[in-house]
Amino acid sequence: MSVIADIAVTILLILGAGFALIGSWGLVRLPSTMERLHGPTKATTLGLGALLIASVVYFQARLGIWTAHELLISLFLFVTAPISANMIAKVHLHRRRTHAAGEPESIAGPPPRPSEAGDWATFEVPIDRPSPTYEGRDIE
Amino acid sequence: MIAIALHLAAGGIALALLLNLWRLVRGPALGDRIVALDTMVINAIALIVLIGMIGGNDTYFEAALLLAMVGFVSTIAYCKFILRGDIVE
Repeated sequence: MSVIADIAVTILLILGAGFALIGSWGLVRLPSTMERLHGPTKATTLGLGALLIASVVYFQARLGIWTAHELLISLFLFVTAPISANMIAKVHLHRRRTHAAGEPESIAGPPPRPSEAGDWATFEVPIDRPSPTYEGRDIE
Repeated sequence: MIAIALHLAAGGIALALLLNLWRLVRGPALGDRIVALDTMVINAIALIVLIGMIGGNDTYFEAALLLAMVGFVSTIAYCKFILRGDIVE
């Protein structure tokens, strides 16, 4: 294995593991759910991305084969990470609105409503404000 | 040099998994537990990739790819269940 590939793989491995560790440390340290969503995104994109690039370079330099699995994994994770973050944020909003126990307020407070008439699309409607969606519509 | 870096990285990922486990047990909100589970899946994928590199065997990537897909589906299913009270409506 050439020295350049050796150094590149080492740097990428340390970088990837470091970012994964920082992301998980952020998950422990940050104070509320909305802030805690921020930490693991670093682990997903930078951490796992660097590890997968390291593995591509490593297998090319050691066995002389180009593998595409790693790129598939990172592509799939890059596509799915925003969707799961959106769903988790919606779970948090829904639990706040239904006054579930153990849901702390985030530092910045609740997010602003998307429009005057509407609210964030979750299952139940808050008791003190009826949903504008069903008014004036015949429900059979 | 690479062997040392591989084992250091595996140790770092293991420590990250322990931190995620702490958040999963501690909570307090349900969203925190879902985030912790999602991050545990990411770290498990990273650990599988590292094990494949340590063993010099690229068959492990099939497992990593499968875990990437299944982990995403499980996160979405859990969120859908909390939001809608049902998974497939």
